[in-house]
Amino acid sequence: MQQYSLFSLARNALSHHRNWAQAWRSPELKTRYDVIIIGAGGHGLACAYYLAKNHGIHNVAVLERGWLGGGNIARNTVTIRSNYMRDESIPFYVKSVALYEGLTRELNYNLMYSKRSMIDVVQTYPKLREIKRRMMNGALHGSTYQRIDVAELRRRIPPLTGGGADSRLPIIAGMVHPEAAVCRHDAVAWSFARAADARGVEIHQNTAVTKLLREGSNGEISGVETNRGRINADKVAVVVSGHTTSITDTVGLRLPLKSFNLTAFVSEPVKPLIDVVVNCPDIGVYLSQSDKGELVIGGAPDPGQSFRRDIKQQVFEDTVCSLLELFPSFKRLKLMRQWGGTLDIAHDATPIVSATDIPGLFVSAGWWGGFKAVPAGGYTLAHLIAKNEPHPLIVPFSLQRFKRLEFILEAGTTTVT
Amino acid sequence: MLNINCPFCGARNESEFIHGGALKPRRSETPQELDDDAWIDYLTVPPNPIGPLEERWWHVRGCGKWFTLCRDTLTHQILQPGDDQA
Repeated sequence: MQQYSLFSLARNALSHHRNWAQAWRSPELKTRYDVIIIGAGGHGLACAYYLAKNHGIHNVAVLERGWLGGGNIARNTVTIRSNYMRDESIPFYVKSVALYEGLTRELNYNLMYSKRSMIDVVQTYPKLREIKRRMMNGALHGSTYQRIDVAELRRRIPPLTGGGADSRLPIIAGMVHPEAAVCRHDAVAWSFARAADARGVEIHQNTAVTKLLREGSNGEISGVETNRGRINADKVAVVVSGHTTSITDTVGLRLPLKSFNLTAFVSEPVKPLIDVVVNCPDIGVYLSQSDKGELVIGGAPDPGQSFRRDIKQQVFEDTVCSLLELFPSFKRLKLMRQWGGTLDIAHDATPIVSATDIPGLFVSAGWWGGFKAVPAGGYTLAHLIAKNEPHPLIVPFSLQRFKRLEFILEAGTTTVT
Repeated sequence: MLNINCPFCGARNESEFIHGGALKPRRSETPQELDDDAWIDYLTVPPNPIGPLEERWWHVRGCGKWFTLCRDTLTHQILQPGDDQA
């Protein structure tokens, strides 16, 4: 792997940047691998990297229907945080935030990681109570929340001029989560891909898995059928976000997942005016300002199940109306781009990282807000695949929890609604 | 924006409705005869097709009626207008 540094930048500048090595290879597709990972998104590539690095499993193929990092890793709002509700969830996200912090150095790739706090603008007392509960539970597991008053809130978010005493929902407090960060989403996919490739992992784009294959007396997994032919492997991991059920349906595995469309949009670039991630849980809007100056704005999901990747006019209007209640000065901003991603959410809104009833088949799904979980998700899934037993952090995320009705309810802390 | 056909009021804008989730399978008449797996499946596993899906809608800012329609989850086209039978 060619190391990136100031020196390599200067040296390549002398040759007009014509001699940079390719970040990853495009090798021939083999017919057999030790492990097949379906989906070259954040979680799939991170899993491949940690399989090779931590567990010495290098004969791995990552199969991607489209192009590398073209799914939800490119369709999110890049917020990294750990302010969850449940004892089972918080340690996992604390680990993920910690892994993210060291990732730029570990992968020799500038992720433009920017730690900048998330501030919740609280407008109702039930929400304040809920966040205070998360503050206390977070304190037990190393995730921080601090309460600030309205004057301090308005000082830290200058354009927050709405939500006064005479408004529909007056602002009553602010809650600060200092660990929150943003980073460049594409760089996460590309850096994991480059580092995994350097350790022998093969990434095959434009390779759509059409069917999972089972064989033997226990019906264990034997490989996958793709548009480029059959590929064999003893272990297959499904890491495809919103399309999980369309793949697991091919072997009759039923999962408690529903797919939704979650969208975001960006404004025209403006001068720096918000240096934190702002979350308004009561009206269902969150935003941050990118390095380019665009405001990245997200809202509630489309209420009905959906496999679309665009934004619905209804969702867009609702989000903009809510936003303008608190940020009236944004009325004159032009909005430039919109995007949507297909995500799946489990019955209890907590992710599933688990072995299945089919020997050799693993799933990592239900990632609502999976961007923040990319390093820890990949790290723990690799552990599960390599050792056939879950990493301690993901023991609660097993599919077994549904059989025991031990739900980990995260609705409201994962999703806006 | 969807134009939803309420069985009582006729075609109305989506903003008048609240989505009530996918139509759940009918509860077994004899739940005591189901094994645990079938019962958990009934409780937790929703239909999640890429294509036609039957779902419940509530005309909350109109006549207040609950009804079932069939919508494609990929195109969002309403394939079968509101039906109050279910």
